[in-house]
Amino acid sequence: MAETKPKPKPKIKKEAVKMPKQDPKVRVKNFNEVALGYTEEQALEEASRCLQCVKPQCVAGCPVEVPIPEFIECIREKKYAEGIAVIKSKNALPAVCGRVCPQEEQCQVRCVLGKIGEPVNVGRLERYLADWERDHGFQIPEKAPPTGKKVAIVGAGPAGLTAAADLVKRGHEVVLFEALHLPGGVLVYGIPEFRLPKAIVRNEVNYIQKLGADLRVGNMIGRMHTIPELMKNGIEAVFIGSGAGLPQFLGVPGENLGGIYSANEYLIRINLMKAFAFPEYDTPIRVGKHVVVIGGGNVAMDCARSSMRLGANVCLLYRRSREELPARKEEIENAEEEGLVCRFLAAPLRFIGDEKGWVKAMDCQCMELGPPDQSGRRRPIPIKGSEFTMETDTVIIAIGQTPNPIIQRTTEGLEVNPKHGTIPVDENGKTNLEGVYAGGDVVTGAATVISAMGAGKTAAKAIHEYLMNKK
Amino acid sequence: MRRNNDGGEWKTYKIVSKKELAPKIKLFEVETPEIAAKAKPGQFVIIIIDEKGERIPLTICDYDREKGTVSFAFHEVGKTTKELGFLCEGDCLENVTGPLGNPSEIRNYGKVLCVGGSVMIAPLLLQVKAMKEAGNSVTTVLGARIKDVLMLEDEAKAISDKVYVATDDGSKGYQGLDFLKELLKTEKFDHCVAMGPVVMMKTVSEITEPYEVPTVVTLTPIMVDGMGMCGVCRVTVGGKMQFACIDGPEFDGHQVDFDGLVKRQRLFLPEERLNSVLWEMGGCKCGGNKA
Repeated sequence: MAETKPKPKPKIKKEAVKMPKQDPKVRVKNFNEVALGYTEEQALEEASRCLQCVKPQCVAGCPVEVPIPEFIECIREKKYAEGIAVIKSKNALPAVCGRVCPQEEQCQVRCVLGKIGEPVNVGRLERYLADWERDHGFQIPEKAPPTGKKVAIVGAGPAGLTAAADLVKRGHEVVLFEALHLPGGVLVYGIPEFRLPKAIVRNEVNYIQKLGADLRVGNMIGRMHTIPELMKNGIEAVFIGSGAGLPQFLGVPGENLGGIYSANEYLIRINLMKAFAFPEYDTPIRVGKHVVVIGGGNVAMDCARSSMRLGANVCLLYRRSREELPARKEEIENAEEEGLVCRFLAAPLRFIGDEKGWVKAMDCQCMELGPPDQSGRRRPIPIKGSEFTMETDTVIIAIGQTPNPIIQRTTEGLEVNPKHGTIPVDENGKTNLEGVYAGGDVVTGAATVISAMGAGKTAAKAIHEYLMNKK
Repeated sequence: MRRNNDGGEWKTYKIVSKKELAPKIKLFEVETPEIAAKAKPGQFVIIIIDEKGERIPLTICDYDREKGTVSFAFHEVGKTTKELGFLCEGDCLENVTGPLGNPSEIRNYGKVLCVGGSVMIAPLLLQVKAMKEAGNSVTTVLGARIKDVLMLEDEAKAISDKVYVATDDGSKGYQGLDFLKELLKTEKFDHCVAMGPVVMMKTVSEITEPYEVPTVVTLTPIMVDGMGMCGVCRVTVGGKMQFACIDGPEFDGHQVDFDGLVKRQRLFLPEERLNSVLWEMGGCKCGGNKA
């Protein structure tokens, strides 16, 4: 490594403090959180590595612009309450983001320290402060005086919760509608307990309720109330953060056989309904011995890792190669440590059932990579004569989700992208209807928690301006 | 709606009346004003008994917008429905979500044949009433396994132009639904509604097809969320995959792959039986994790 610039001060450690984790052999048998979190000493040591740049690159990489050097400085001075207040000025869900944000692509990738060693582990420090606050009680920040304006938020997931928190703090009355019986959206139904404990989500939602948002669960907008009805009944602006909840299927023969789950079904049963604790909980799930997960994103990893915890051998079938896997590197490593086997460059052709209508095998086809497609990734091309058969008793299809169509079908005049059912918006999150904004997966298609939160934040700002300028 | 704002009062889903319609078939009327205000024939609700409960879909049988109540009937066959049957007036459910699914297309078709079986007779009568109010002449067929579980005959007579009764064993009325073939030979119907067990809806659809009577069936496969997220309720209709929860629950009976549906309904039978037996044996729900 040729270093032309003067070397940094020798006291700066090039390596980040490692995150303590549960041993793979132990954790593959439980649903407890894998990453255990820093101790105070570890947090202080990691915080001491931050260079406190004058022009911090990390902040520019954060979709919600958390003042990262400021909160790290608070940790160094052991001013934890101030530190968490700094984060919460921009981010209402730090305990969630500290766990599931892809920091390696956002803040950490830009860290100057990354050029000489490992970047500062921003996510783990954020998590440390959030967990500290949970142990020491919330502080409810000052709110702006009431504006007398009422806003409806559709969907209590990452986008909706963020928008709700920001709008309540600005003095607006906020009603938060959630279709499921528990708030949190993908944080409760999608991301497994071992990555994001549900008690933590509940806690973050409590904070937003304590700020003053009125949460109404079991209330599916489009069925119970439509958006035009809300606007007629005193709601002056609406934010749609209904996510991407509609599962995609492969469209190959045999997909309706028993033992074939959409990733959504599988994860909803396990996470939201706690089927892993059946029969203590009433929702069942049946996981065989040889699970095949089709797909390569974070959702596929979550399905695979959940299956291993339920005692199965798991094979991931992905039609591109390892380089194109869309999942976070950390998740792939965790999954492989736990025993995941990957089969790259192959895709299913059909599923074969037994006499009881349960899947017993699948025919697959090998692929090779051609030139890049619209997504910029190299397109898989089937290889003729490469068919092979895999035995399996459980298949999980994790090839993506598109937005749920109910709101789009029941909101007259709302512009909808005909291909995927996403809602087009401008740079402020505004739809083609006055006072109606949208953000998160319902706009982008399935993406990350933090990008949804960023969209919620942008829209909240725009909604605030709209309401205050409106007569 | 259920609110928990800053530790405030929870608004609950109170059972205001409980009726036994037939052995093991009960009807609950539950307080839920927001759903009552919006419910329409053909829609369903998802209920959860308690925080460890499963989400089950139940077709709406009636609603009272003024009282703010919605009614649904259930057949005590599995653990959840048996537990539900043990609840009393005044008890509260954890959650009722709805109204879900697309409402029925109620209009003046002319002459309508409504066929209901078992527990689904209760929601069928809501359709009969609505069809009648839309100006149709309605012939209602009530089906049951045996005479003892046949229900709501008087109620059906009060709102239908004509009522037929059929049982599988012939203990009351016609034996089986074959008599419908004779009926269709002599009378022309413009529309048919079938609600009941899958096998019954399949039979009705097969009988009406040669007479070209458009037949609408109500599918209630296994559901988890009931709002389009999980896809467990997928059915093949006209060769295409449809979700019963958001594309249905009503479909063209002449297009539905009933055999595929029967298989999917039995997916979790062993687990359902296990849970049901455990519950009947005294409801040990600790799952072996007792401290």
